[in-house]
Amino acid sequence: MDFPDELKYTEEHEWVLVEENIATIGITDFAQDQLGDVVFVELPDVGVEVEEGKPFGVVESVKAVSDIYAPLTGEVVEVNEELPDTPEMVNTSPYEDAWMIKIKLSDPKEVDDLMDAAAYEEFIED
Amino acid sequence: MRYLPHTDEDIRQMLDVIGVKDIDDLFCEIPSEIRLQRSLQLPPILSESELLQELDRMTAGHADTSRFLSFLGGGAYHHFIPAAVDQLASRSEFYTAYTPYQPEISQGTLQAIFEYQTLICRLTGLDVANASMYDGASACAEAGLMAVRATRRKRLLVATALHPEYRQTLAAYCRYLDLEIVEVPFGTDGRTDLKAVKDLLDDGTAALIVGYPNYFGVVENLAQLGETVHAAGALLVTATAEPISLGLLKSPGELGADVAVGEGQSFGLPVSYGGPGVGFFAARQKAVRSMPGRLVGETLDQDGARGFVLTLATREQHIRREKATSNICSNQGLCALMVTIYLALLGKRGLREVAEQNLAKAEYAKQALVALPGVTSPFNAPTFNEFVIELDRPVDGLIEALQQQQILAGIPLRDDYPGMENRLLVCVTEQHRREQIDALVESVKGVLS
Amino acid sequence: MSRVGTRGLALNEKLLFEHSDPGRIGYSLPNLDVPPASLDNDLVRDGLDGFPELSEVDVVRHFTRLSTWNYGVDSGFYPLGSCTMKYNPKINEVACRHPRLTGLHPKVPVPLAQGALELMYELQQDLAEISGFAAVTLQPAAGAHGELAGMLMIRASHEAQGRKRTKVLIPDTAHGTNPATAALCGYDVVPIASDGVLRAEEVRAHMDGDVAGLMVTNPNTLGLFESEIKQICDIVHEGGGLVYCDGANLNALMGIARPGDMGIDVMHFNLHKTFSTPHGGGGPGAGAVGVTAGLEPFLPTPMVDKTKQGFVLDYDRPQSIGRLRSFFGNFGVMVRAWAYIRSMGGEGLKRASELAVLNANYIRARLEPVFHLPYQTRSLHEVVFSDQDLAGGCHTLDLAKRLIDYGYHPPTVYFPLVVKGAIMIEPTETESMEILDEFCDAMIAIAREAEENPELVLSAPRNTRTRRMDETRAARQPCLCWREISDE
Repeated sequence: MDFPDELKYTEEHEWVLVEENIATIGITDFAQDQLGDVVFVELPDVGVEVEEGKPFGVVESVKAVSDIYAPLTGEVVEVNEELPDTPEMVNTSPYEDAWMIKIKLSDPKEVDDLMDAAAYEEFIED
Repeated sequence: MRYLPHTDEDIRQMLDVIGVKDIDDLFCEIPSEIRLQRSLQLPPILSESELLQELDRMTAGHADTSRFLSFLGGGAYHHFIPAAVDQLASRSEFYTAYTPYQPEISQGTLQAIFEYQTLICRLTGLDVANASMYDGASACAEAGLMAVRATRRKRLLVATALHPEYRQTLAAYCRYLDLEIVEVPFGTDGRTDLKAVKDLLDDGTAALIVGYPNYFGVVENLAQLGETVHAAGALLVTATAEPISLGLLKSPGELGADVAVGEGQSFGLPVSYGGPGVGFFAARQKAVRSMPGRLVGETLDQDGARGFVLTLATREQHIRREKATSNICSNQGLCALMVTIYLALLGKRGLREVAEQNLAKAEYAKQALVALPGVTSPFNAPTFNEFVIELDRPVDGLIEALQQQQILAGIPLRDDYPGMENRLLVCVTEQHRREQIDALVESVKGVLS
Repeated sequence: MSRVGTRGLALNEKLLFEHSDPGRIGYSLPNLDVPPASLDNDLVRDGLDGFPELSEVDVVRHFTRLSTWNYGVDSGFYPLGSCTMKYNPKINEVACRHPRLTGLHPKVPVPLAQGALELMYELQQDLAEISGFAAVTLQPAAGAHGELAGMLMIRASHEAQGRKRTKVLIPDTAHGTNPATAALCGYDVVPIASDGVLRAEEVRAHMDGDVAGLMVTNPNTLGLFESEIKQICDIVHEGGGLVYCDGANLNALMGIARPGDMGIDVMHFNLHKTFSTPHGGGGPGAGAVGVTAGLEPFLPTPMVDKTKQGFVLDYDRPQSIGRLRSFFGNFGVMVRAWAYIRSMGGEGLKRASELAVLNANYIRARLEPVFHLPYQTRSLHEVVFSDQDLAGGCHTLDLAKRLIDYGYHPPTVYFPLVVKGAIMIEPTETESMEILDEFCDAMIAIAREAEENPELVLSAPRNTRTRRMDETRAARQPCLCWREISDE
């Protein structure tokens, strides 16, 4: 299982790539493995405000459903429009093709609370 | 007891394997203070023959269709049921099976439901239909709730001319959900009042729910209603208690309905004192994930053969629990099967023909009745196989007098519509022969003169 | 070992729509004996596009073939836990087809429908006696519908006393319908942990002035009796709450113990489980609800009652939660349940519960040496194993599919959620020791196959007409309605 070093992680199994004040968000390799074949992804519209710790979307496999929680607070500035039509990308490319949303951060200091790859790997082993 | 195969010797051997002395030891976890210390006091046991005799005794005074000429409708309809419907639905591989959770040994049920869903889509002119709901009334309530989910609005407009029991069911479902239900009056023609709809619509309105045909048998002007509610961003929901009408009427989908629900009892099920029937539920493709109930979808097995499975189950209570689109679990599977068999037998031409016969017979009866002195037609909008007549006096005397002649003349409207003491809802189907309709007319004439 | 499952000739069958041939008909109607009538053109549809055209023979063969792809209780052993797949007596099917019942319209004046009302009244009384409740409604169409009626009554009762309560406690072993129903009644769901059975102290720890009630299943979905139920009900009552019981598992208790005597306030019955009415491939069921005297005013409208003038339908119930469906319920299902109770009698029902529990414990004793049993408490009507000890990388799903090859319907799998890889077996009382032995032999043989030749298990079923289905494909590109194009 792969956990790229350049990303930050949450206990709810989201990953975050922070570039200046824009954060790209998706779910981790671990999360997709636990879910199994992903069949449906629901994402918010551009312009929606997401709040740290609150759900912003849904990802479903055949027999499981999971909310996707916002790791950080901010406004959605871009949504992966291809993902709802090709949800299998969550399984095949969780960190690249299956990015979900990009948000403009309201409070960049929130990033400090996220885990790095090593800490996340330790977290999921527990 | 003929359903219990255990011999005393079996029981002894089984207890030995389990390692207890007697059956009572198996209930050791039930504290004695809550054990029942006496026998159940139930009526005496009946053998098969006694049981059927008991039913004969109980039902001897029934005004069923074997003894009475019935013009009752109002949400339950007497139609002819082709012999093959019950014969096929009595295959116990169908009726003794559970919900098709194991698709490899449930393809019969699954394919039949897929065919049912397809037929309902075509009947309603919509894209997706579920595997059935309890009945028309509960399907209507679920449609209201779905409209609330889909629009994220909290106000439902409901036509007063919608079946009263459908309205009551919706009200009970919504009782504690912080929704506003507003009734829309009908006009003098018996149709839902378009101007009132316009006045009551606002940007918080999720949907307008109307009967199609409505409780008075009247065919609503769906196209106009659809345009009006869509302009306000709301949905149009139709509820059809008499689906034979859809053999003739334009489909709700074609006229702009976003959700079409109804009762399928007319399609091959006996009235059976009001149940079981079957609720149908159809919607547009984009709403599929907010639909209640089970859905069957086509797929392939591992060898590439076509097969069917329950799908999109993440909407449902067994997975999503408190966030499910509905709490429904059971559908009315066997009744949906009967609907499918009925519609397969009737087919493209038969459903049209039976609908045309219903219309023709009802029109014949309506014309003959309103030609009588003291009888008028209060609503002038087109009707299908039910219509309202108004007498020059309360209907109770007429109903009682006709009962004496073994005729059930219709349903009085006074209980559900205060002020309509003189009005009667009369239903005529393909089951009525001309001379039976003439007999009704003669009897009414006799009572009123 | 003799095996039930074998190969048979399975006939292929297209969809109805693929059979259709223009000009064929499968119906007959009398000639129209009145003048034809017409409606305005703008009301009339062009035709029934996409409806099939078939002869009666086409239709009969079609559905007969489809039926042979199904497995029902009449086909064989169906140990689907929590579903009580007992034998469906044939006299029930004859009784509910009595022409004076099938031809009785629900709007027939009450004096002319006394037999149907008498039957309903008697069934209400019987269910009240079996469960220990003061009153019973037959209106709900299924278990979850009964839950809705029950939870609406709990809420109505609180509101009538001016109590605004917001939460419902639900143990982690509950059916999914419980939380879904609580949500439909506007309640927040508070899950509570159990250790096989629910502990009174755990309930006490969650009880506060916001708790409207507790939803409990007894026996629970692990097949265990909630032995602290009395204390639990007392705690909830002391805190001003009410207790709902999911009666799905009543088949363990008839004539043994009554939920009403345990302190439960309201419970639904599944007539299609405990009272032998067929499941029909998913329904119709019937979800009668029993209540204590305190909740009686809130029962749905109408209620069937007995007066000096005969049986009546009582609509004058100002505190009622109202109506949850049209007419009076799934009447045809009630007739079957009535026929069952009249065929069994009180002693017979008690014997049924005893033998249901005996059968489950027999299976438990025979399979415990081979399969992991997560809870050691004495089982009642069903037993839950896990797949923990299955070898060869085989899981519960594989075991289930392999059982099909052996000729059995699989148990309930992956439920309750508190057991990883749950295998939930409910034999019911109508199965003989011989059948239970054959089934246990098959389970043990499959466990051995998993060790010695796991591919046999992993690739099952092999003897069915279709094999494992691609459920991912079905959910990713939903095809819910036949379209010409899907046939290509």
